[in-house]
Amino acid sequence: MDNKIWNKEMECAKRSDIEALQLERLKALVDYCDKNVEFYHKRLEKAGVTADKIKSLSDIQYIPYTTKDDLRDNYPFGLFAVPKKDLVRLHASSGTTGNPTVVGYTREDLDNWSEQVARLAMAAGADDETIVQICFGYGMFTGALGLHYGLEKIGATVVPTSAGNTEKQLKFMRDFGTTAIVATPSYCLYLAEAARERADEFPMTMYSALKLGILGSEGSTPEMREQISQSWGNGFFPTDNYGLSELNGPGMSGECYLRDGLHINEDHFLCEIISSETGEVLPKGETGELVITNLTKRGMPMLRYRTKDITNINYEPCECGRTTARMHKIIGRSDDMLKIRGVNVFPTQIESALIGVSEIGPHYQLVVRREGFADTLEVRVELIDGSLLEKFGELEALQKRIHYRIKSILGIEIKVTLVEPKTIERFTGKAQRIVDLRNK
Amino acid sequence: MIINQLSIFVENKPGAMCGMTKVLADNGVDMRALSLAETKDFGIVRIIVDDVYKATTILKDAGYVHSLTPVLGVEIPDTPGGLNKVLEVISNSGNNVEYMYAFLGGKGSDKAYMIFRVQDAAAAALALSGHGIKTLEQEELSKP
Repeated sequence: MDNKIWNKEMECAKRSDIEALQLERLKALVDYCDKNVEFYHKRLEKAGVTADKIKSLSDIQYIPYTTKDDLRDNYPFGLFAVPKKDLVRLHASSGTTGNPTVVGYTREDLDNWSEQVARLAMAAGADDETIVQICFGYGMFTGALGLHYGLEKIGATVVPTSAGNTEKQLKFMRDFGTTAIVATPSYCLYLAEAARERADEFPMTMYSALKLGILGSEGSTPEMREQISQSWGNGFFPTDNYGLSELNGPGMSGECYLRDGLHINEDHFLCEIISSETGEVLPKGETGELVITNLTKRGMPMLRYRTKDITNINYEPCECGRTTARMHKIIGRSDDMLKIRGVNVFPTQIESALIGVSEIGPHYQLVVRREGFADTLEVRVELIDGSLLEKFGELEALQKRIHYRIKSILGIEIKVTLVEPKTIERFTGKAQRIVDLRNK
Repeated sequence: MIINQLSIFVENKPGAMCGMTKVLADNGVDMRALSLAETKDFGIVRIIVDDVYKATTILKDAGYVHSLTPVLGVEIPDTPGGLNKVLEVISNSGNNVEYMYAFLGGKGSDKAYMIFRVQDAAAAALALSGHGIKTLEQEELSKP
């Protein structure tokens, strides 16, 4: 495996140098926000924070958090720090609930964004020989264009196929000799399934150039990753990266070829872990909600943005040579977290229990109901193995086995339902796996 | 001697069965027997059809999980004790009947038939023919 590093100066800096740069940039950012964004000015004034009061990185704790609600409340341009003529790009989230969140970029922001993605793409294993198909939807979503510019920056050949149109995706993969794809983990798996279904006509060897998955926009468990790898075969290597459209998009962090945490672009992003419940900063290494300050953003700067993503951060240098801190794969969402009879349940926990059960497909759906005064959780999975139809007992044994696996992880009673293949909805964007009927 | 039964997984919900039978109907597959066993959530439909290859192909294309099982289609003498005699022969051959259901036989047949799922269909068929009891061939089902 190649171990190329895009920006050695920043990615392999001494910890003390990284922190000194972060402090310098944090002070400048507080000053910049104070002067250019009315919203931040009021918040900082109320909290009694000014740039010259920031003496060490831990002084960041005195700055108030920014939340998604703040972005919505200030829709569309309330958090922008520059006049509109200085903006060169706008993106927006889907806004399924209420106003969408809008993000603006100056030219400098786009350059920084490309730089951030370039580092992650190279860490994952891409370089100027890579032919990469971007299967994220283009448009207002930040994922596709973010990866697009970053991959072009390192000299990769970018094929902007966008999301959907599976036949075309597969055709280009075969005809162009595509070596890498950018997609959500579930769409990457779906494409592999689709390729396998057509293997009579187009054998899987026709995809043998395809080696690298640069996957993001939704999390994936190690088990799901293993399944993606096996579905493609040929040593396909899926990697994860992470970002939020509120903070540029992809480019915050990503895995190197050792896949032992996601390297954070620390010269651009200052990360903290806090308790979701109390809002207190947690000691280094503990697991909690990720809070990010975007140190270099000019168009729409972000101070202590609460991501609602649950993770922890490892500050030890990586064997790949990078010294940047690594965040654990996202463990769950503080708001996707289901509370079932008082127990915290993350969909990823259920996913890890399901993968490895070969008789069922990789897609699942969670249905939460309130029956009487108790919450119930139904896990719906697709049966794919016809050999179990011989006896009812075998299907029931499968149901019991899945039930046991999930129950042993969650510690609560659940119901497992077997459904027909391809009846659970597939997603090209973020998978919506939870159906919560408790308040219906 | 032996005929192929199709087992199909269907969910226990409105329209599930109808969806499956429509796929068969649209493609002109003739069902000669059907048995449905269900739990609260799902069912297994077992059918005997005139054209097994066509039925499996269209069910696969329509995305149904299914499997093929060798079963016996036995002509039952329409007299008191007719079924009992068949069962005696099967049990004396050391076979256990896992399930059974009624069956039309081939096209235009006016006799009574039943499907038997046993562990060793070939051995049971041999024992039955030794006692002069006829078991149907797959080809007899596709005769017009």
